[in-house]
Amino acid sequence: MVLVICALWGLWEAYKWLWETAGWTWPFAVNDTTMPHLHDVVAAFWQPTTTGGPPLIRSLLNAAWFTCKEALAGFLLGGTIGFLLAVLLSQSRFLERGIIPYIVASQTVPILAIAPMVVVGLGSKGVAGWKAVAILAAYLTFFPVAINTLRGLQSVDPRAVELMHSYAATRWRVLWRLRVPSSVPYIFTALKISATASVIGAIIGETPASIQSGLGGAIVNFNQYYSLEPTFLWATNVVCAVLGILFYLAVAGTERLVLRKAPEHFA
Amino acid sequence: MSGPAAASVVEIDGVSKSFRTGVTALQEIALAIRAGEFVSLIGPSGCGKSTLLRIVGDLIQPTSGSVTVNGKSAHQARLDHDYGIVFQDAVLYDWRTVARNVSLPLEMLGWDRSRRRARVAEMLELVELTGFESSRPWQLSGGMQQRVSIARALSFAPPLLLMDEPFGALDEMTRERLNMELLRIWEKAGSTVIFVTHSIPEAVFLSTRVVVMSARPGRIAGVVDIDLEQPRTFETREDARFFELITVVRETLAAGHGGDAPRAGTAEERF
Repeated sequence: MVLVICALWGLWEAYKWLWETAGWTWPFAVNDTTMPHLHDVVAAFWQPTTTGGPPLIRSLLNAAWFTCKEALAGFLLGGTIGFLLAVLLSQSRFLERGIIPYIVASQTVPILAIAPMVVVGLGSKGVAGWKAVAILAAYLTFFPVAINTLRGLQSVDPRAVELMHSYAATRWRVLWRLRVPSSVPYIFTALKISATASVIGAIIGETPASIQSGLGGAIVNFNQYYSLEPTFLWATNVVCAVLGILFYLAVAGTERLVLRKAPEHFA
Repeated sequence: MSGPAAASVVEIDGVSKSFRTGVTALQEIALAIRAGEFVSLIGPSGCGKSTLLRIVGDLIQPTSGSVTVNGKSAHQARLDHDYGIVFQDAVLYDWRTVARNVSLPLEMLGWDRSRRRARVAEMLELVELTGFESSRPWQLSGGMQQRVSIARALSFAPPLLLMDEPFGALDEMTRERLNMELLRIWEKAGSTVIFVTHSIPEAVFLSTRVVVMSARPGRIAGVVDIDLEQPRTFETREDARFFELITVVRETLAAGHGGDAPRAGTAEERF
């Protein structure tokens, strides 16, 4: 991993050097604004954002913690809604056919468009901004969980279902003893997708909602000063990526704990 | 119907099954199975033997006709836990240990933990898998998995055991060993067995009666009584009578229609 990072670092700097020296302008002109030195980006973490203020890393970590809260709440909420929705839809072909198109349609509405409505609407009811953003993150999270879990619940071995029928098992028993456990690999696949989606949802949710305290707010803020201090925005991007990766790793780690029990089943 | 109906465990009466595609899988099947019998269903692919097994087990519904099990409908029998089912594949739950796979039906029946544990130990001993309680299904060989599946089917002592080509996916040696083991279990458990197979020697070796079916539409071509000595042993397969009966079954299969199996004493009586 260290090797990969070093190689990417080298590529970045080599590209920058080559394009600057040769004066090439395709696909874009390279200079310290468009492609700052990576060591400058790293150094930016310890620069104060305002004269005499705390270093950038401090405010970014605060922002990351804020966004992390939103994303985690959104992930849990969306994951739960997605799972329950899948269980509901798996119980009836009629429900599934009727509701799936609306679930798909919900994902075609850009989150940028609904973010202000949700934040302002809930804000007028006295709901804190971060909770509203969590709902936006949930909006991105529930979809993969619902679709994958539904697929998992439906793709159970038909003979295993016959076996349960031969025990005169109720629908509820078939669901909890057979369908849900056999969908676990599908659910984890969905949760891995959702983990990063919830972070992105939280960041994007903050921007149109004008919430300043999170990473989305930091991106909007540093975007405005990009021509003066491009490294701040790059540094923010690094923190966003790290947060997304941590979310992913948390789910992947949980999956590994669970699959230790039955590796081949989850392979 | 002929035969002592009162002693019948399974009474199949004029059962037909057509699928929506227009295929007639079964036509006018009539068969009575007595308590403690080991009956094999044999026939070419598409003769509806698995379909018949599923109809008896109330997993699919016949288009017409009826199945009576212990004097009740197949549906009621299923609700009363009268069936133990074994498929070609073991169909074990990978997320459960061997012991918890065997105890699955017992959980459904609401047995308490200590009673379950005692029965699971007993069943694993019966199929000679003691010591594998906490193994995972995928750690076992195909033959061992199928033994777990038999232990699971017998765990709640169902009066009727339905087996759909249970040894079809196993190699010949494992198959012969499991045949012996199945007979031992059958004698001990005293249940009635309906056994679907593709193999004539297997059917003859295991059964008290072999029901030969023909395809398109699925019908009973003949019923061959297997009068080999009980209990069957390793030597049974070398018995001259064993080969005679194989020939009878083969000829009945080839004829495709009942009535011309010379040594099958009861074939004409019943149909």
